[in-house]
Amino acid sequence: MAAEDTRSAAELVADLPDSPAVWCSGLRKRYRRRTAVDGVSFAVGRGEVVGLLGPNGAGKTSVIKMLLGLVRADAGEVMVLGRPGSDPASRQRVGYLPELFRYQPWLTAAEVLALHARLAGVPMTGAEGRERLATVGLDGRAADRVGGFSKGMQQRLGLAVALVGRPELVVLDEPTSALDPIGRVDVRDLVLSLKARGVAVLLNSHLIGEVERVCDRVVILDQGRVAAAGTLAELLGRREVKLHLTGVDARAEARLRAAGEVSGGGDRFTVVLPAEDDGRSVPALVADLVALGVGVHAVEPARISLEERLLGILRAGHGPGEQR
Amino acid sequence: MSAVLTIARLTVREAARRRVLWALAVLTVALLVLSGWGFSRLTGLDTEFGDLTSGQARLIASQLLNLVMFGLSLIAALGTAFLAGPTVSGEIESGMALSVMARPIRRTTLLLGKWLGLVAVGCGYVVVAGLAQFLVVRWAVGYWPPDPAGGLALLAAQTIVLLTLGLLLSSVISPMASGVVAVGLFGATWVAGIVGNVGQVLGNEGVERVGTVSRVLLPTDGLWRGAMHAFQDPSALATMGSEGAGFPFLSEAPLAVPYLLWALAWIALVWALTAVTLDRRDV
Repeated sequence: MAAEDTRSAAELVADLPDSPAVWCSGLRKRYRRRTAVDGVSFAVGRGEVVGLLGPNGAGKTSVIKMLLGLVRADAGEVMVLGRPGSDPASRQRVGYLPELFRYQPWLTAAEVLALHARLAGVPMTGAEGRERLATVGLDGRAADRVGGFSKGMQQRLGLAVALVGRPELVVLDEPTSALDPIGRVDVRDLVLSLKARGVAVLLNSHLIGEVERVCDRVVILDQGRVAAAGTLAELLGRREVKLHLTGVDARAEARLRAAGEVSGGGDRFTVVLPAEDDGRSVPALVADLVALGVGVHAVEPARISLEERLLGILRAGHGPGEQR
Repeated sequence: MSAVLTIARLTVREAARRRVLWALAVLTVALLVLSGWGFSRLTGLDTEFGDLTSGQARLIASQLLNLVMFGLSLIAALGTAFLAGPTVSGEIESGMALSVMARPIRRTTLLLGKWLGLVAVGCGYVVVAGLAQFLVVRWAVGYWPPDPAGGLALLAAQTIVLLTLGLLLSSVISPMASGVVAVGLFGATWVAGIVGNVGQVLGNEGVERVGTVSRVLLPTDGLWRGAMHAFQDPSALATMGSEGAGFPFLSEAPLAVPYLLWALAWIALVWALTAVTLDRRDV
């Protein structure tokens, strides 16, 4: 009954102009007694780059595998490119780089690409294959056996495999785990070029800086649940200003508090500015402080990084006495 | 269907690139050369009963052929069991299955492709090696089995039974364990078949039933007996009389049609069970 409902829902959604690249609702998965994923729901819009963040064991890879039909969900629904996730055809235009990347060691790099093109049902010439390998920095290695590749080269090959068949959705699970700094930059450029071509990307990475640079939205998972989700502006909306001041009296302190939440003391203060700040509050604050006779030595605007925000969310989710 | 053929071709290519086919070829050539030498010594053999007549030589040749064919079937069985064993669980363990299974193909397509690839390798080996052996025997002693095609088909069916079992085991237990268990069961059924024969000779129904039951549970031994019957000289049984019943390389009767149908049903059942297991498995 559920499958039929999903199918009829799929037909309805397929007719709509903008069915999301990925949509999942209430995903649940238990491995024996341990609940790995507990009611995860989110969506990745067409052409959108979404980062999946969270500590080890948060359920990120399990969620990705459920989206791709590799792991059976105990509950919940999945729609990929407008089709129910249980239908293999939903993966027709999906590229996937697994966290555990391994390719047939007895095949050459070009043969691995040709195999995936045939499985995806798309034509691919030898020249196209070589071009794809060159995109990921494996030019000249097309005829080499994968068995002789380093881990980093295998991960690059995995990226090329994920790009086979002109995908509309690319799922990258820890795509830079075996790559050197140049490789990481290559992956960032690759994600940006996919984004420019309107390809949706679901990116699971521990490199928060990379996620911050390329993602439109972020979903933070913790203990199998969505701890926070939103655009970077929504998640990182808090802006701060750090001030080095002397001669601060009660009136000056009241003025600081009027600008926002104040922390610190002595001669160094941090003021958290409201999200709706239009950029005028800092100059106004400085002018008022000077008028009040306060010595203003330094004014340093600061933005909360995604890393600080992530740690804040994760720490808030675990009680003070709880150790991880 | 093209995905099935792609996976089947990949499986055959794996066997070739991983030097499995080379290993099989070397073992087989060794067996053929050895048996050729042995068979050529049969003619004009001087025994304590005097020179062997050509009829006696043919009789011995037909039984020795069964012995050598058993060796070939053992190579085919071990080869395919160890090829089938690591195929599913090994690829899942290593992560190789992830990128393939994330493609728009059903898991039954993947299974069918792998199965067809293994069937091609196993049956191809049995036919080529078996024919080569027949030619060696004909060259050495001039013996040609009465039903070579039927015998080779049954030997191929035996290989298919074992590789299907190997695939089932490989979708539930670890790669190493599945190869070991498949070969162990193959050996156990063969021994149980001989125990059953001994029971028949002794007139002990209980012991005889051991062979019958084991042949139903795993049809490798039953099919092997059918193959032996197709290879051996028809006069062999008449000459050996009732003593022949206990001899492991002599088969009393051709394969019954119901048993052949059971073997086919067995393959289909085990295949379906593998498909269901694989479909439910998380990778």
